[in-house]
Amino acid sequence: MYKVKVFVTLRESVLDPQGKAVTHSLNALNYKEVTDVRIGKYMELTVEKSERNIDEVINEICTSLLANPVIEDYRYEVEECVAQ
Amino acid sequence: MKFAVIVFPGSNCDVDMFHAIGDELGEEVEYVWHDSESLAEYDGILLPGGFSYGDYLRTGAIARFSKVMKEVVKAAEAGKPVLGVCNGFQILLEAGLLPGAMRRNESLSFICKPVELEVENNRTIFTAEYEQGQTITIPVAHGEGNYYCDEETLAQLKDNNQIVFTYQENPNGSLANIAGITNEKGNVLGMMPHPERAVDELLGSADGLKLFQSIVKTWREAHVVNA
Repeated sequence: MYKVKVFVTLRESVLDPQGKAVTHSLNALNYKEVTDVRIGKYMELTVEKSERNIDEVINEICTSLLANPVIEDYRYEVEECVAQ
Repeated sequence: MKFAVIVFPGSNCDVDMFHAIGDELGEEVEYVWHDSESLAEYDGILLPGGFSYGDYLRTGAIARFSKVMKEVVKAAEAGKPVLGVCNGFQILLEAGLLPGAMRRNESLSFICKPVELEVENNRTIFTAEYEQGQTITIPVAHGEGNYYCDEETLAQLKDNNQIVFTYQENPNGSLANIAGITNEKGNVLGMMPHPERAVDELLGSADGLKLFQSIVKTWREAHVVNA
């Protein structure tokens, strides 16, 4: 069994209107040291072991559904765990 | 001409679309549920606005894997007219039938108001009844209409005259003021503004009617003898 943490964010080249609004808000709260905020999505997947390679499966899932490659990047962390 | 209005869980402009075709245009129209496995009997495919699957994950991301979308792809490949409005546009983008993607509106607000559009290309099956460069008034209603594509794609859209409608005053931050684009072949149109909500002066504008009339007229010219 695997626990997979997937992080999806807008690509660097794509303006993130939510992140920009939050940056402005933090600056207004006097956190002048914050120069940029990127907002994304965090997903936790529980995946059973199969004959397929876990990286292959996760990359396929991410590019077909979890992220839109036109505007988003993704990264993930895989943790192997014992089924409960 | 027989139209299909595709209904996804969460579609909410399907009735307006049905009314525009059936009552205002006087053409045959039927609702088609998202798990339908054939669109063979329809001449034109309409993907209405709404919030399919609650806009979960991304707008259109889940609807794009509905059974019926395989048939929509087939219809598009066969050269049938396919129109996606608002959420329908978002679904066509996610399905890869049109290039690019949608972002949240620059203002982060949901925008609901009539906007002025310029007809950038009247040599399409969707816009033949408009004048080139004509200004029309059609309402928008969306939170994610901020169109984006990379520079290479934008250059292609421009070179092939695929940008069909632009905003006179950009309401959402969309690239190059884009309000509607077609595929390269010109038989798939996605647009954020709602032509089906502008089909009678009682609704504030009847400028959307010509879009549907264009589809029917070009279809008749190609398919009906002595049209």
